[in-house]
Amino acid sequence: MSQDLIYCTTGIGLFALGLYGVLFVAHILRKLIAINISGIGVFLVLLATAKHEGVVDPVPHAMVLTGIVVAVAGTALCLWLTVNIHCRQITQQGESK
Amino acid sequence: MGAPGIVMTSAQHFLPLVIGLPLLAAVFCLLVSNSRWSARFSILFASIHTLVVMQVLSSLRDSGSVWRYELGGWGAPLGIDLVLDGFSVILLFATTIVVLCVTTYSAAYFKTPQQTSRFWPLWWLLVAGLNAAFLSGDAFNLYVALEIIGLSSVALVALAGNVSAITAALRYALVGLLGSLCYLMGVALLYRAYGTLDLALLSQTVQGTPITWAALALISVGLLLKTALLPLHFWLPPAHAGAPAPVSAALSALVVKASFYVLARFWLDVCSPAASADALNLLGFFGACAIFWGCFAACRAKRLKLLVAYSTVAQLGYLFLLFPLTAAYGPSAGSAALAAVAYLIVAHAFAKAAMFMAAGSIQLACGYDDIDRLRGVVSHQPISVFTFAIAGASLIGLPPTGGFIAKWLLLNSAIDSGQWWWIAVILCGGLFSAIYIFRVLILAFTARQGEQSSSGGPTHPIPQTMMACGFMLAIATVALGFNAEWLLSYMDINLIGFLAGTEPLP
Amino acid sequence: MFNKLEFEENAKKTTRTSRLIKGLSAVTIGLLGSMLVLSVISAEKAAPELAQTALDSISLSGVENPVTAVLLNFRSYDTLLEIAVLLIVAVAMMPESSRNTSLTAANSRVPTHPVLIGLIRCVIPLSVILSAYLLWTGAYAPGGAFQAGAVLAGAGVALLLVKRWQLNYLRLSARAFMALGLAVFVIVAATVIPATGRALNYPADYAGALILIIEVAATLSIAFVLILLVDQLLNMANKQVKPQDTQTEGLDKS
Repeated sequence: MSQDLIYCTTGIGLFALGLYGVLFVAHILRKLIAINISGIGVFLVLLATAKHEGVVDPVPHAMVLTGIVVAVAGTALCLWLTVNIHCRQITQQGESK
Repeated sequence: MGAPGIVMTSAQHFLPLVIGLPLLAAVFCLLVSNSRWSARFSILFASIHTLVVMQVLSSLRDSGSVWRYELGGWGAPLGIDLVLDGFSVILLFATTIVVLCVTTYSAAYFKTPQQTSRFWPLWWLLVAGLNAAFLSGDAFNLYVALEIIGLSSVALVALAGNVSAITAALRYALVGLLGSLCYLMGVALLYRAYGTLDLALLSQTVQGTPITWAALALISVGLLLKTALLPLHFWLPPAHAGAPAPVSAALSALVVKASFYVLARFWLDVCSPAASADALNLLGFFGACAIFWGCFAACRAKRLKLLVAYSTVAQLGYLFLLFPLTAAYGPSAGSAALAAVAYLIVAHAFAKAAMFMAAGSIQLACGYDDIDRLRGVVSHQPISVFTFAIAGASLIGLPPTGGFIAKWLLLNSAIDSGQWWWIAVILCGGLFSAIYIFRVLILAFTARQGEQSSSGGPTHPIPQTMMACGFMLAIATVALGFNAEWLLSYMDINLIGFLAGTEPLP
Repeated sequence: MFNKLEFEENAKKTTRTSRLIKGLSAVTIGLLGSMLVLSVISAEKAAPELAQTALDSISLSGVENPVTAVLLNFRSYDTLLEIAVLLIVAVAMMPESSRNTSLTAANSRVPTHPVLIGLIRCVIPLSVILSAYLLWTGAYAPGGAFQAGAVLAGAGVALLLVKRWQLNYLRLSARAFMALGLAVFVIVAATVIPATGRALNYPADYAGALILIIEVAATLSIAFVLILLVDQLLNMANKQVKPQDTQTEGLDKS
């Protein structure tokens, strides 16, 4: 039980930490990292849920695997948009000079 | 309250098809990647999709009970079930009609191969996500479906290709990811406490304990971010106004409704023991604020598409009146409010899609959509302005449109539950919407001064099909007004005891 | 909070909200987090009934590893949609302009550095074998399509970083690779309907084989999509650095 508690508390702590980061850090890359930290917090809670006495529940494991792929996809899309904007801003600045 | 008797009819095999068909269309359009053929096949796919959904609608009425389809044959707790009831079938119906019109509109709207090669696969993946969300009976599956909707919407907004649209897309993506994470945390807590992900099973076992409150709060914050209820609406206007017109139409008409649908499911059914009357009233309060703020911002908007986007913020506010109206009085008044809101969702979807299509046509024809420069636009864009006017009438709630019936039903349910203050909100909201709609229409119908007409005449001819699509949807809002009974009767096939779990709250 | 997004590298690290508001928000988030922890402690964990059902049904699923059974049989619909999520991002990030080259094109830059040659000769083939092993082992031990796809993508990215080869993501073959996983999954989901009456309901005798087919297709698609994501991000970043001399200065100094 105590082990479960440690994992859950850590998971929720990471989730809250990421939440603060997303809201109050201006830089877009840091925001993205914060979102990923939040995601890891959620996955930790799920993994803590999976462990029972005697059996390990495969369903949360599958959920975490799915969640990771979705997180990778979302992060990649955000990064792509970021680089895209940055590129265009630089060309605009170059043109205005 | 258990699931009503499960009758398996042959038409139920159409349910996986409703999701599989758009997925196949996406793969097909990705492989073809030729603008003309992609467009043709997409219209064909959209027509087949419409036929399939219409078949589902008529068979559901014949069977008269909720459908469950066990994907993989495992059944509820182990596998994932598709669930279809009155509420979801009404949303499915709205999706189908809007998808058919937007697909036809897009076939004429997108021309460059750079845009079409991305638009069609992304568009069909979005449709698959929407259908998956409306049919899903599983909390985690809903997460994946919402993620498909969110990411494909972001990618579609970014198709516009200018810095402001891509920035709006990035903000939308961040908000969407954050919302999904909050939702997933809520689902994780529910799974931890109750050991199942199936919504029907959850609604039977969930109790009003602290962990359910926490889960419901997280799920609500996540979904409210995605639905853009007032304090969390900041991302919506730039994203919906910056996207290409057909994408704006789909986003405002359908995408925000998907997360609202999930939210309604959780508050009224799955987690209803944890939903206190105060919390439901709070949601209604934010909805009322959204109505006023949305109308106010729409009146001040400088660009036509931005005005329509703010009008979405306002109209979303009406949907949230569902929660206080179901809160006070038990199942019968509650189901009337739910029927009103389901009907409002369809009416708003048609009207808003028509409005964005008209705005897109005007923007394409004139080369700009600044409201101040729209003076006299009716002389060369009569059909688009007429479409805008009918859709506007539905948003205001004028008869004989669908919007009128929806407001009428909402008013009725507010009167029945004795909550007069919501009556005032609904009526004032209608008046304020009239202000911004007429602001545009008066300008459009005012004759241009002689010297100006030579400087700002029509520049680009636009395809007839684009105008026809918007017009068809505008006609559909009126047709909806005359067929209210037909649509509302689906609400009798209600659902996993949708409101049976909501006891009259103290 | 989201209205101001910073893109510059040297931008101030935090938003310009006042310290008081930030402190209060930090305290609020901390309090909410603690309440969340308390609510979790207050509730008993549910009995592992679903876990038991899953473990009991494994013999019917066609694989022995419970996680693979959940991912590709019990809740295969989730995995189907998840592959669609990857496809969305891949389509969104496809390059705009088409080069008129075949799927793979080599340039004249032959790598000469011994480390690079070692990488190409040893590490990459090993990664491919490792990926195949992970795919195969997924049936009875931790592993499977995602792990295999990730390792394969790692090999592909390493190969592209050598800069001798380029992929043209707009070729029909490239698009076919991207769509393969989803297409095969949907087709298998549909073809089992006549046999069992339910979409995605594999006949027990063929379940293992069908899952393997889906996993192979998914591995190839996942690997290809991941390579595309990394390669496109790197390409765009490079394109952005090249014309701006001011940007490269920092790199030279460091």
